[in-house]
Amino acid sequence: MALMEIVGLNHRYGEQKVLENINLNIDKGEVFALIGPTGAGKTTVLRLIDLLEVPSAGEIYFDGLRIPESGKQRLEVRRRMSFVLQKPRVFNLSVYDNVAYGLRWRGERKDKIDKKVNKILEMVGLKGYKDRNAHTLSGGEAQRVALARAMVVEPEILLLDEPTANLDPVSTERIEQIISYIIERRNTTMIMATHDMSQGQQLADRIGVIINGKIVQVGDAKEVFRLPKDKEVANFVGMQNIIAGRIVTNAKGIVMIDIGNNVIQAVSDCPVGEEVYAGIRPEDITLALSKSESSARNCFCGKVSKVASLGPVSRVEMDCGFPLVALVTSISAEELDLEKGREVYASFKATGVHLIKRQVGDTL
Amino acid sequence: MLEIWHGLIKALELIVSLDPEVMEIAGRSLRISVTSCLLASSICIPLGSLIHFHNFRGKRAVINIIQTLFSVPTVVVGLFVFVLFSNAGPLGTFDILFTPIAMVIGQMILITPIMLGLTISALSGVGKEIVDTAISLGASGFQTALVVVRESRYAVLAAVTMGFGRAISEVGCALMVGGNIRGFTRTITTAISLETSKGDLELSIALGIILLSLALIVNVALNRLQQR
Repeated sequence: MALMEIVGLNHRYGEQKVLENINLNIDKGEVFALIGPTGAGKTTVLRLIDLLEVPSAGEIYFDGLRIPESGKQRLEVRRRMSFVLQKPRVFNLSVYDNVAYGLRWRGERKDKIDKKVNKILEMVGLKGYKDRNAHTLSGGEAQRVALARAMVVEPEILLLDEPTANLDPVSTERIEQIISYIIERRNTTMIMATHDMSQGQQLADRIGVIINGKIVQVGDAKEVFRLPKDKEVANFVGMQNIIAGRIVTNAKGIVMIDIGNNVIQAVSDCPVGEEVYAGIRPEDITLALSKSESSARNCFCGKVSKVASLGPVSRVEMDCGFPLVALVTSISAEELDLEKGREVYASFKATGVHLIKRQVGDTL
Repeated sequence: MLEIWHGLIKALELIVSLDPEVMEIAGRSLRISVTSCLLASSICIPLGSLIHFHNFRGKRAVINIIQTLFSVPTVVVGLFVFVLFSNAGPLGTFDILFTPIAMVIGQMILITPIMLGLTISALSGVGKEIVDTAISLGASGFQTALVVVRESRYAVLAAVTMGFGRAISEVGCALMVGGNIRGFTRTITTAISLETSKGDLELSIALGIILLSLALIVNVALNRLQQR
């Protein structure tokens, strides 16, 4: 039985519909990431799960128990969970008191509180900070306090809303390490909202994609990132090449897609005549200065129209008769001397092309 | 100008020599104002929290009325308490008119709107995130309210300071319900009023300086507390 079950959840803020028919099952010990663009409704889902708000419609079951809309039972259920808000606010008290609050509210004895708080502060690397006023901490340290005070009560479900938003890379790494530690050592069920796809990919067992208040796809990281269900999901998960076309042949599972002035090959069982989008992840495209012998079935010659450095990788935009975007390592970009106007050959495998059925009326 | 100078010298003399009458008046002023301030705080902080945390019909109107009462004239409060506790009044049987108790009640009524209004405003200054954080960490409604009051403690303390300032400096109500009885209900402000009317400006100035010094000491103490 699922530890958390969400059935037909709808939510409105006034006239504005923010969630529509959310259905989710979260198993005990599972790490579930809710990913989606800003404003998609991730935070609202977490707030409803943590019983901070009452849904406009739908039901939430916690460990088989249907959560009522009001009453003492809500507090009892809430005390079995912890929620780290997107903008964690620390109380204007010492770090120790910040972490101890949740235990005091649950009526724990002082010696137990002492023991638990010291242990958790050690876990998040803030042992030497316990007497410091939490308002004097940096953003990363405050986030660690927020994690510590959420974990110290040993919740059955830990809810994290954008746990590394607005943090520098070093603090982000530290927080991710702590989350990984919690996942490995404590077997806590975790529901995490993030717009950082790599974080979801790295930490979660399952990912749910939420767009415009609807959960559009749920699956493991591979499914969501490599086999997006529709164009919106594909766009969000970084499939930067989405090319509209029509299947013209299908020979033993290798299909030819007519994209207007070119043909792309893909592995699929789609029937001939099907209108599709061909989705290609930019990191699956390799670039060369000459047409090389390779196993890639798709090879197009094009001219570089833009090169943007993204630190360790470079984003290369090309015109191959149709627009194509590739991600190459910055070293490769340097070696190939990629610049605007340079002629390059872009190759990608037929297995690297994901086909999405195109609905009538879909915009290109 | 000479009178001010003489007043300053006399003030110093009275303070340094610990003039018994001045010390007694100053002590009484302080006792009455601190008592009224503490009593008003014990009402205003919980009541302010209750108003802030509960949504009810007419909440905005209640807050507007409280804010309007910030500027209620001290003599109007004095009149109200006078009528209430006069022999013919509804609470006349208590026989407390022209006693320090009536003065404390008068000052309490006078400063309650200010302290209440500023407490509500202090609590409103605590962000929704703090409330959400407390709730999400398992706080009950009452525990959440305590967190919010604690988070806004410096602003609440400022409300108490304002209340104290208004209490110790008011004269109209103290004069009307205290009667300015020497050795019993005479406070610094009523004494200043009396001495000025008698033409003893030096003593009035001296008492004025003592009043300001008292207010300064209390404010400095509260500021130190806020900075901790």
